[in-house]
Amino acid sequence: MSIDSIFTHKMWDDDELSKMVEGGVPFPMLSDAGGKVGTVYGVYDEDNGVETRGRFIIDPDGVVQGYEVLTPPVGRNINETFRQLQAFQLVRETKGAEATPSGWRPGKATLKPGIDLVGKVWKVWKTEQAFD
Amino acid sequence: MPEKVAVGCARPTGGPVGEEPDNKSTDEKQTRKEVHSMIKVGQKAPDFAAPGYQKGEFVNIKLSDYLGKWVLLCFYPGDFTFV
Repeated sequence: MSIDSIFTHKMWDDDELSKMVEGGVPFPMLSDAGGKVGTVYGVYDEDNGVETRGRFIIDPDGVVQGYEVLTPPVGRNINETFRQLQAFQLVRETKGAEATPSGWRPGKATLKPGIDLVGKVWKVWKTEQAFD
Repeated sequence: MPEKVAVGCARPTGGPVGEEPDNKSTDEKQTRKEVHSMIKVGQKAPDFAAPGYQKGEFVNIKLSDYLGKWVLLCFYPGDFTFV
C-alpha cells in the first residue's frame, strides 16, 4: 500500500515488476491517496506526503501480532518477516503451549512455558541458539 | 525558472505557500495528530477499504474480507522504489 494511484500501480507492475517476478506481483497493490489508512496505522509521514516502511502481521482473527516501521532509505528483511510469521503460526497452532525463543526458526527447539521451566531455561536453551 | 529536484526515496509533494493560516486551522491540525498510531500488538487491526490493482484488474479490497487468513500489510513510500 502506498499513496500512488491504482494507475501508477498498474504501470509499475506491468512495466517493471513483471520483469523481476514472472506474471507480476500476485497480491493486491493498494492505493492510499491522502494517507488516510496510513494515518490510522501510524505510518503516514505528513511532512513528505508518503507512507514510511510499515509492515504489519495480522492473524486470522484480525489481530495485529507484530509490526515494524522503518524510515524510507532502509529496506526490509523479507526472511525475518517470514520467520516471524512462521513463529506466530506455530504459537497459534499449539494454542500457546509452545513459545519461540530468541533466534528461533523452523527446525529449532521451542520452549514450553510453565512452572517447570522457571529458572531452568539455561538447561534447555543455549545462547548460541540466538544466532543463525 | 523552475527549481530542479533531486530524486530520493521520498516523493516530493506540493502544498500551500505564503503566510500560515489563522489559529482555527492549527487547532484542527492538533486534533488530527491525536488520531496517530492506534496500533497495539494483541489488538484488532483497524479495518479499511481501498482500491487496488491485482493481476490485470482494478479491485476494491477490504481488510475484513481476509478474516480467517494471515495478512501481511506493507506500506512503502512510493512505486518505483524498493520495498
